[in-house]
Amino acid sequence: MLEKTKTPGFIALLVATLLFLILTRSFAGTFGFLIVFGIPYFAMNDLPPYATLQEKIGKYAFLSVCTIIFIFLILPILVIIPLSFNAEPYFTFTEGMMALDPSAYSARWYADILRFGMTDPDGTENWWNDMWNNATWIRAMRNSFFLALVSTLLAVVFGTLAALGLSRPEMPFRSLITSLLISPMIVPLVITATGMFFFYGRTMQGIIPGYENGLAQTYLGLTLAHATLGVPFVIITVTATLSGFDRSLIRASQGLGANGWTTFTKVIMPLITPGMISGALFAFITSLDEVVAVIFLADVDQRTIPRQMFSGLREQISPTILAVATILVLMSIALLTTVELLRRRSERLRGLSPG
Amino acid sequence: MTDVAMSAPTNHAPLIAADGVPLKLKLARTTRRMKWRAFLLTVPLVLFLLIAFVMPIGEMLYRSMHNPTGSNVMPQFSVAIQDWDGEGLPSEEIFKIFVEDMTAAKKNREVGKTIGNLATRVNYEIPGSRSLFTRTARKTKNIKEGPYKEALLALDQKWENPVLWRTLQRVSKDYTLAFYLAATDRKYAENGDIVSADPLYQIYLPILFKTIWMSALITLFCFIIAYPVSYLLSTLPLRTSNLLMILVLLPFWTSLLVRTSAWIAMLQTQGVINNIMVYLGVITDESRIQMIYNLTGTIIAMVHILLPFMILPLYSVMKTIPPTYMRAARSMGASGTYSFIKVYFPQTIPGIAAGTLLVFILAIGYYITPALVGGSDGLLISNLIADHIKKTLNWSLGAALGTILLVVVLVFYWIYNKLVGVDNLKFG
Amino acid sequence: MKLTKLLASTAVGAAIALGSVAAHAAGDLTVVSWGGAYTKSQVEAYHKPYIAKTGANIKSEDYNGGIAEIKAQVEAGNVTWDIVDVELSDAIRACDEGLLETIDHSSLPAGDDGTPATDDFLAGTLYDCAVANIVWSTIFAYDKTKIENGPKTMADFFDLGKFPGKRGLRKGAKVNLEFALIADGVAAADVYKVMETPEGIDRAFAKLDTIKKDVVWWEAGAQPPQMLADGEVAMTTAYNGRVFNAVAGEGKPFEIVWDGQVWDLDLWVIPKGAKNKDTALDFLKFSTETKQLAAQASYISYGPARKSSAPLVGKFHNKDIDMGPQMPTSPANLANAVQNNFEFWADNADQLNERFNAWLAK
Repeated sequence: MLEKTKTPGFIALLVATLLFLILTRSFAGTFGFLIVFGIPYFAMNDLPPYATLQEKIGKYAFLSVCTIIFIFLILPILVIIPLSFNAEPYFTFTEGMMALDPSAYSARWYADILRFGMTDPDGTENWWNDMWNNATWIRAMRNSFFLALVSTLLAVVFGTLAALGLSRPEMPFRSLITSLLISPMIVPLVITATGMFFFYGRTMQGIIPGYENGLAQTYLGLTLAHATLGVPFVIITVTATLSGFDRSLIRASQGLGANGWTTFTKVIMPLITPGMISGALFAFITSLDEVVAVIFLADVDQRTIPRQMFSGLREQISPTILAVATILVLMSIALLTTVELLRRRSERLRGLSPG
Repeated sequence: MTDVAMSAPTNHAPLIAADGVPLKLKLARTTRRMKWRAFLLTVPLVLFLLIAFVMPIGEMLYRSMHNPTGSNVMPQFSVAIQDWDGEGLPSEEIFKIFVEDMTAAKKNREVGKTIGNLATRVNYEIPGSRSLFTRTARKTKNIKEGPYKEALLALDQKWENPVLWRTLQRVSKDYTLAFYLAATDRKYAENGDIVSADPLYQIYLPILFKTIWMSALITLFCFIIAYPVSYLLSTLPLRTSNLLMILVLLPFWTSLLVRTSAWIAMLQTQGVINNIMVYLGVITDESRIQMIYNLTGTIIAMVHILLPFMILPLYSVMKTIPPTYMRAARSMGASGTYSFIKVYFPQTIPGIAAGTLLVFILAIGYYITPALVGGSDGLLISNLIADHIKKTLNWSLGAALGTILLVVVLVFYWIYNKLVGVDNLKFG
Repeated sequence: MKLTKLLASTAVGAAIALGSVAAHAAGDLTVVSWGGAYTKSQVEAYHKPYIAKTGANIKSEDYNGGIAEIKAQVEAGNVTWDIVDVELSDAIRACDEGLLETIDHSSLPAGDDGTPATDDFLAGTLYDCAVANIVWSTIFAYDKTKIENGPKTMADFFDLGKFPGKRGLRKGAKVNLEFALIADGVAAADVYKVMETPEGIDRAFAKLDTIKKDVVWWEAGAQPPQMLADGEVAMTTAYNGRVFNAVAGEGKPFEIVWDGQVWDLDLWVIPKGAKNKDTALDFLKFSTETKQLAAQASYISYGPARKSSAPLVGKFHNKDIDMGPQMPTSPANLANAVQNNFEFWADNADQLNERFNAWLAK
């Protein structure tokens, strides 16, 4: 039955594809054509039997548009992965790559991540030491991860406490304080960075012991900046997990004789942990991706991965950037998966989803 | 116990808690304590943000109108010149102080207190006057005695210009609106009136309006693209929509720099899209299209980067709309288009408001993408601010521009708060 | 508790990361320059012999010009750059604003032929806070395999009819206005006289208008040779040494047009309060000795700032190319040349860049 109703459309699709192939004589193009118009075709299955032809065409057009939009969203990100294996120093597919010639592919840009900036990349003595201390991208990665870890920690601790307060029904000035705590996400980064550039530099001189010269060009200054930018994400995710929270659970635990600390660790904590972790991951990725504050506040030694990419893109575009980008994309996929799993777990715990 | 006395005439005694305190009072106390407890939880973060975030922005506001270069470099002169009535040239006494201060300042090598600093500051007001100061300062130590006015004019005839002295009088004040004038393409005329700058030199207001206009355009594109996708996601079965949602969330989780490099690889004249079009014979090798390092490239890349911020709020609103409403409209004879416009669309307006405002606010302050792919005509106001802080070193002007941008953004943030409420912000 | 464990392990991880970050070596001499082929020439001619002589550690950093970084470091009192290679107008402004250490010219070593330093350096290359090392130039270049019978004059660069194709220009007013006026027929000697007048500026912008829609703007010195190689532009302005190295080092088929070149100085400066100020000064003296300056010229085609170095300039370090004719200061190349007027730009850069940006945004 289903097969039968689909047959005419299927033939039409085949004919159109063949026509396209004959007209353009390009297999890659035909493949793209098949994706853009084939996927919507296979997704057209839940139309009611009384749907008119007009509605069918409308639905088909709608699905085609959606397919194109999804391709627009994801294609640029996927395209850089094969490009990063280019044997030539270009940002584009070479003829050899199109022909799938193995010699047109190479991992040299990945090696370059390690070698660039080393004093003696071909030496054997102290190679690891040299790489760890001198390779430009390795130094950037160490800076990035250090900053991201410490600033995430700060953002999560302060952010979770504040979110607990904000989600209490008796919280005074709630909307005012929430707007303040979310504002680091809203205020343009250039403004935040400019303010910090002034304030952390001269105004903070001689205030913090050990930092007589102020916080500009110090790891502490950068950490504070990144923690500030991560705070809104922690607030948003943790308050979201608390939004469906049944407050009678707290009274129940108190009624059963638990003290405040026990209630917190045994009742509240398990519920907000997924929110905290996704907030932490958001804060982490925000810091890892942040470049404006680094441009304004960091010393050359404190350059992070995105800062290094920024100057690379401005000055000398080499596929090394694409190799780094590929690694970052893989990391984003890992983080995204974690967040998705956590979100589902949290929904299950709060009984919001059937699964 | 006035409470008790007052409530006595109502003829029933107040409820008393076990410890003898009226229940009403006790409840009020508990509520107050709970309020405090909730508030105290937010205190550490509020303090942290005050120091790490609010005060820095405050400093930027302060610096946009506080520039003490004049009084730092020439402490005596900056006080003395204020008594001058602005007619003709200042008195011999003021000239004497000026020469003395200049000689002293020439010897000063302290950052912020050198002649070079003053020269730069005055040069903002009178372009081309910088070298007059540095040149004169090299020679004032030879002026040992009066009349100082003649001696200075002998060094350089330009000191005879009253406009110069009126400018010095203005520059000697620590608080100034001059940088706001510059940030809005205006300046002091020779007679001290505020006038518009020469149209050829007007840059800040045009760029500010262009930024707002471009943000609106980007928001519109995002909306047009996001609406059908969000609709599709909200109507699909949960399992499929979760899968497709990953296609939306992956860009959201991918580094901004990665996405920008990806668009450079896609759009540059030797890039993927041009190559494909040449390969397919749509264009010839000579007529490759310039799609990046201009306005077009900036808009494409920014739409891609901001799209998830539109899809997510739209999706979360559309998910709550029961499909039965549309079916009911259809069964009562409304056409597809009619029931969409009259029944479905109005229910998505909260999501539209949330998404468009968020995208607009984020777009208006964007820096990285225009800086990398903006080329000649894709620059936005943020890029000019960064330029003044990091390149031309006119920090006060950068701060003034930053303040103007901040006000614009806060207005829209306030609207967002009124219409949507910041507690409704969610990711995924 | 799971969370406490997570927090604890994060804290430990952070502490380890902090330890490894803070382990960055102190006491290295940080030498900052423009990167690419230029920094490489300095590493070969200055750094390596200096390391061999003194055993000091040198850390080489790249930057893109300007004094913002120096100013930020000096104001923050945390100066990590010990010695910086800057353009003349930047050196003057930074010195005027008290951002640099002053340098005693009498302490500079005499030339190899015994001439005292103050006479041995070319006129106008020694300043209160800065000592010049090289003369460099902004020229324009093209790919001779792509344009037959190529451009000969600055006017050709602006002639889209005769030589169609994209043009590369540095994003900024400086040098572009000079080029535009020369192309418009102003004699090299009169360029700044014309630019002093508002009509002269209008004239320069009007000339730039004629090619505006075909211009690709560059910002870093490494970009123009790459733009030529990628075929992004038909011809581009560039720093002469970068183009020369692309030709001599990588065998690129580029041709330099010297007509209308604008030459300038690069100078060493020491930011005020530099952590290794004394070593920096020692390095400055060493690197501007006759021999080192001459040696640099065998790695990149920039002219040494000492007269006594000129006779020592020989061939490119690994090819049989005479360096003499490649120098901006070679008489043939100076036929129609402009020396960048730092005073004009110190006075007018702010205003003209504003106008340039306004012009660009239109």
